[in-house]
Amino acid sequence: MPAYAKTVAAAIALWIAGATGQASAQVKVGAVLSITGPASFLGDPEKKTLEIYVDDINAKGGVNGQKLQLVAYDDGADANAARTFATRLVEEDKVVAMVGGTTTGATLAMIPLFEEAQIPFISLAGAIQIIEPVRKWVFKTPHTDKMACEKIFADLKQRNLTTVALISGTDAFGKSMRDQCVAVAPKAGITVAHEEAYGPRDSDMTPQLTNIKAKTGVQAVINPGFGQGPAIVTRNYRQLGITLPFYQSHGVASKQFIDLAGPAADGVRLPAAALLVAEKLPDSDPQKPVVVAYTRTYQQKTGQPISTFGGHAYDGLMIFVEAAKRAGSFDKAKVRDEIEKTKNFIGTGGVVNMSPTDHLGLDLSAFRMLEIKGGDWTLVQ
Amino acid sequence: MRALLSHRLVPVVAMAAIVVLLPLLFSSAYYYRVAALVFVFALASIGLNLLMGFAGQVSLGHAGFMGIGAYAVAIGPTHLGVASWLSFVIGAALSALVAFVVGRPILRLKGHYLAVATLGFGLLLAIVFTNEARFTGGPDGMAVPRLVLFGSSVWGAQSWYWIIAASFLVGAVLALNLIESPTGRALRAIHDSEVAARVLGVDVAKAKLAVFVVSAIYASVAGSYLALLNGHVTPDVSGFLRSIELVAMVVLGGMGSIAGSLVGAALLVVLPQTLTFLHDYEHIALGLIVMAVMVFLRAGIVPTLARALDLRRA
Amino acid sequence: MPEFLQFAFSGLTVGAVYALVALGFTPIYNASDVINFAQGEFVMLGGMTTVFLGLAGVPLPLAACLAVVVTVAVGLALHRFAIEPARGASAVALIMITIGASIFLRGAAQVVFDKRFHSLPPWIGGDAIRVGGATILPQSLVVLGGAVVIVVLLWAFIERTLIGKAMVATAANELAARLVGIDTRRIVGLSFAISAAIGAVAGILISPITLTSYDVGTLLALKGFAAAMLGGIGSAVGAVVGGLLLGLLEAFAAGYVSSQYKDAVAFLVILIVLLAIPRGLFGRASVERV
Repeated sequence: MPAYAKTVAAAIALWIAGATGQASAQVKVGAVLSITGPASFLGDPEKKTLEIYVDDINAKGGVNGQKLQLVAYDDGADANAARTFATRLVEEDKVVAMVGGTTTGATLAMIPLFEEAQIPFISLAGAIQIIEPVRKWVFKTPHTDKMACEKIFADLKQRNLTTVALISGTDAFGKSMRDQCVAVAPKAGITVAHEEAYGPRDSDMTPQLTNIKAKTGVQAVINPGFGQGPAIVTRNYRQLGITLPFYQSHGVASKQFIDLAGPAADGVRLPAAALLVAEKLPDSDPQKPVVVAYTRTYQQKTGQPISTFGGHAYDGLMIFVEAAKRAGSFDKAKVRDEIEKTKNFIGTGGVVNMSPTDHLGLDLSAFRMLEIKGGDWTLVQ
Repeated sequence: MRALLSHRLVPVVAMAAIVVLLPLLFSSAYYYRVAALVFVFALASIGLNLLMGFAGQVSLGHAGFMGIGAYAVAIGPTHLGVASWLSFVIGAALSALVAFVVGRPILRLKGHYLAVATLGFGLLLAIVFTNEARFTGGPDGMAVPRLVLFGSSVWGAQSWYWIIAASFLVGAVLALNLIESPTGRALRAIHDSEVAARVLGVDVAKAKLAVFVVSAIYASVAGSYLALLNGHVTPDVSGFLRSIELVAMVVLGGMGSIAGSLVGAALLVVLPQTLTFLHDYEHIALGLIVMAVMVFLRAGIVPTLARALDLRRA
Repeated sequence: MPEFLQFAFSGLTVGAVYALVALGFTPIYNASDVINFAQGEFVMLGGMTTVFLGLAGVPLPLAACLAVVVTVAVGLALHRFAIEPARGASAVALIMITIGASIFLRGAAQVVFDKRFHSLPPWIGGDAIRVGGATILPQSLVVLGGAVVIVVLLWAFIERTLIGKAMVATAANELAARLVGIDTRRIVGLSFAISAAIGAVAGILISPITLTSYDVGTLLALKGFAAAMLGGIGSAVGAVVGGLLLGLLEAFAAGYVSSQYKDAVAFLVILIVLLAIPRGLFGRASVERV
């Protein structure tokens, strides 16, 4: 037997032994993410983050003496596919927990399965319906749309502005946030004077903005939306020479937005997690070490700029890992109880304090109001 | 023996055997769910196949009818207090009515023009489902209440497998009977040549409209089952990509073959499950497989293979 | 009045985009009766290749030329390895092959490129042009100009060259064309090359406006297809008019009716037009052979 053949044979034997040996000592964590499709710019960084940190955790010895194995499926932002893959995670892969569900629609479609199977489910989707009413097995990490609206309204109040116009995407994110903003506006003393909408792949929104411009009394404009739409809205906003204060949402919280909107993005404000301004945080900020470490790791491993979306996946995975460590096992009920007891967990999205009545655990302080100046984020004091 | 084998009910018996024997291979609810999805889409494909394979009319908007059926069983019990099973029936009736009203004018269009008209129709429905959030929950969709039959609610992939598979068999038998009926013969005449059919005294417009309505009912029933199986419905159910998927199932399986619809649906439902190990390369593989099937099995999987078998026997 | 003008400018901007995409459908359709569902992916390839070559340090004008070459190569490969082997298959089967190709190309793009959005700087920069209180960006005029140039080139090609005439003959009757000595296989291959080139140019010109990503093709192809049908499939002038009409419809619907239902309004009008003129605005009437 030639030497190279021996090496190959040995390698194969090792690989097989490794694969089977691993399988027995590994604990499976499930993820159903929109890795392709219209929400892929959320799902893609989420998946990359989970992969990076599961490897990282395993390199450091795993959790409770066991290695983690990530089982990730791509739902293409289709709720039907999400449901099928969720069934697969529960029935075939026998995961101990689920981190994922990129979109609200997919999350809502999957919830009944995880409740039935009694498996902890940490969603990465935005809408408040996921945790209100509280469901025993369901948690989430991103700030809700409602909080984004409240944060923007609070900022408007400070600037003595009370009448706004909305221009929102007809996609799930835009629609959901639009509904929340309209719902909380009266309580915040804000009047929504005019509303416009645009399709998620539209390439010119000047007609809608023209109508907003023509509407008298509007003092500021809010654009709930994600993807490339808000970048085009922002460009058109400047093209039409509208000078009213302009707010984007946490749906554009990645450097990509500034790149796409170009100089037009200057002066735009948005509520976002501290992650975006990691290096600019004061050293006294408790989040600083976490967000700086995540930013460096992600950028180094992927070569791409960070987004808060990947950060949500980091938070979800770490909340699960911490809970499993406290539980001392991967018993699903114990892990669930410990997730609910998460206190002072410092994540990329903020400081998380969960309770039996709050399965998100973030308050408004988790959001920072940012303004884009000279092509970069700055903190609004 | 030969006569027995060529009897038109052979495919039905074969498909019934598949339905009954398949669960022997199932080790968990996951398999039941995937199989139930196959039969849901096979049902919709049969309807579309009647339209495409027999009447020769293409529709790029058939998911719209699936949407009507799906939202019927969601909105009926939630907002209108109508029982699930009744909403199911109303959904099918509504789809038939919409198909009747819409079909009359647009079936006058031919070929690609009919394709774009049906495409527009499907998009209109999807836009309505997305925008009328008060009733539909908007893009995030809405929960679908469980179906209550004889006092107990139906739940679990296993129960749904049997209900949906049985409905599929009924749908397949009805379709085969339709094909053999005088209307079916008229349809095939239209497929071969509309002008010739007209010369022979076939009321072309009426026959086309009839099959359009029937195919809409199939799609609506499939949509209702999909919504009930998932317990949640989003506007994706009626999207443009879903319509394309249905057409792909019909064409890949074989136009004009009822068994082909089952094979086409099985292919496109199961492939995304088996290709997951490829991760990022999944779509590349899926695209290659679709192209390869059409290059090597031009008439679709079932008709091409059937012909090959026939040749060997002869 | 400034509102009306602004809606019109928006409609022309979006319409020019649709027109360019719609134009790409015509050569393949004319040579083979096939609606190429991978046309949107040609547009994507044009834009994304330019973006990534640009990121790699290639000067943008050169990157754009290379992007056209790459896309044409992909178009020829599609013809050689998928369409040509299925020679004689029904139009539906060929269309299904192009659907498979579109899935394949999108899948390949997400691996080769990435899943993020990208933009190109405008080919002609400068401030928005102001007319009567409304504004339009110079880049919109570039897209519009591109569409006009392509229509003229296509017309000259078909009317003034022998190959162009051979293409028309192939479309009219393939068997007869072969009998008079036309290599119809080459002609169909050529049509794929031309469609790919038009798609690539479209992608390069529109990316500064629409932005681009690996999956930008699906919706662009959908709108482009609708525009081509509205104008009458197979007619280059029809594609441009159909595209502009669709864009204007959407803009005026968004401005005057409802921005939520603007796509619905546009498609309703398309339906009505097709019911009134079943061959589209500039489509040729054809008689079914019995």
